Amino acid sequence: MSAPITYRQPVSRLWWIRKRTYFLFVLRELSSIFVAWLAVFLMIMVVAIGRGEASYQNFMSWAASPVVIVINVVALAFLILHTVTWFALTPQAMVVRGPGSRRALATKEVNVAGRWVSAATVVRVGGRLPAAVVIASQYAGLIVVSAFIAWLVLR
Amino acid sequence: MADSIQMQVTRYTPAPDAVPTVANYDVPLRKDWSVLDGLNFVKDHIDGSLSFRWSCRMGICGSCGMNVEGEPQLTCATFLSDYAPGPVRVEPLTNFPIVRDLVVDIDDFMTKLPRVKPWIIRDDDVTVIDGEYLQTPEELEEYKQFSNCINCMLCYAACPIYGLEPDFIGPAAIALAERYDLDTRDRGQRERLDILIEKEGVWGCTFVGECTRVCPKHVDPAGAIQRYKLKAAQENVMAFLLPRAAR
Repeated sequence: MSAPITYRQPVSRLWWIRKRTYFLFVLRELSSIFVAWLAVFLMIMVVAIGRGEASYQNFMSWAASPVVIVINVVALAFLILHTVTWFALTPQAMVVRGPGSRRALATKEVNVAGRWVSAATVVRVGGRLPAAVVIASQYAGLIVVSAFIAWLVLR
Repeated sequence: MADSIQMQVTRYTPAPDAVPTVANYDVPLRKDWSVLDGLNFVKDHIDGSLSFRWSCRMGICGSCGMNVEGEPQLTCATFLSDYAPGPVRVEPLTNFPIVRDLVVDIDDFMTKLPRVKPWIIRDDDVTVIDGEYLQTPEELEEYKQFSNCINCMLCYAACPIYGLEPDFIGPAAIALAERYDLDTRDRGQRERLDILIEKEGVWGCTFVGECTRVCPKHVDPAGAIQRYKLKAAQENVMAFLLPRAAR
């Protein structure tokens, strides 16, 4: 029997503007470019500081130019989007267990020093922390790290 | 409430170079009528040649998935009144070849699904006479969510990656692999990893998350895939760090 005739539905080049969720996803992917830019910007600054006062002043006047300011404002907006969206997705991607979890024994195939063997393995079950707790703790961590860096720079 | 609503339904008759067209049908608008009821009205009273899949009418068989106003939905669980005054557009699920009208070809999924071995794998020869494998309610809870999949393929229709890269093994298959991996009775992790660690496996996913949003059974395939990535990454690190002889 020959294969039946079917119609293959084409994927539009603009598939990512068809739905708000697709568009947000593409923006989130795009945000990584701006995160990389800010990392490069920081490195340029560190190098400039390392080269001495004159070099640092040069860097500062370059950073104050309208083009760089516009780029950095856009980059900041994307950085916030990046942080908020990835923090929101963490509880879905990771199981974080709290004090309510319990140990259970299961025979599993496990990788021991690169070799797969059947072994009685301790697995943790239950006690999964609610998404809100995971997200809140990430923001708490962000605040702590930011405060430390602010203290380091401003003291 | 108006007493009728227009349904704009995709029609396609297989023939070389044939393309899908849209047909408009006016169906009664009743508060308790689903989109599927509307399609059945068309088939019974207007055009008997309209083809579509359905079976249980209660959201468990997973046959009646279609795109309603561009969203993958179970048509038995989607109400016409939610789209009043209409019109309401009904299309075949995206990302699948159309066989006829609203019927799509699901062979691709049917060949991919067994590749992830969605069953309990054991290496011992325990028979029924030896007794059952015991499991606590907590251990069941670990994978129960992922076992609710009804293979309706709404997640494949929602996934832009599957549309762009048809080799991607897809959300439902990976969620089912995770369901068995998390089962304390199962020992098949390694066998599934071999398939899922490939580029067409979990790494094809970029976490769009649309599969989870459209899932009528709240399976969360996107969550399953990201959790699997973590496992696969640990494997890769292990393979990189350990000397070849020890592997």
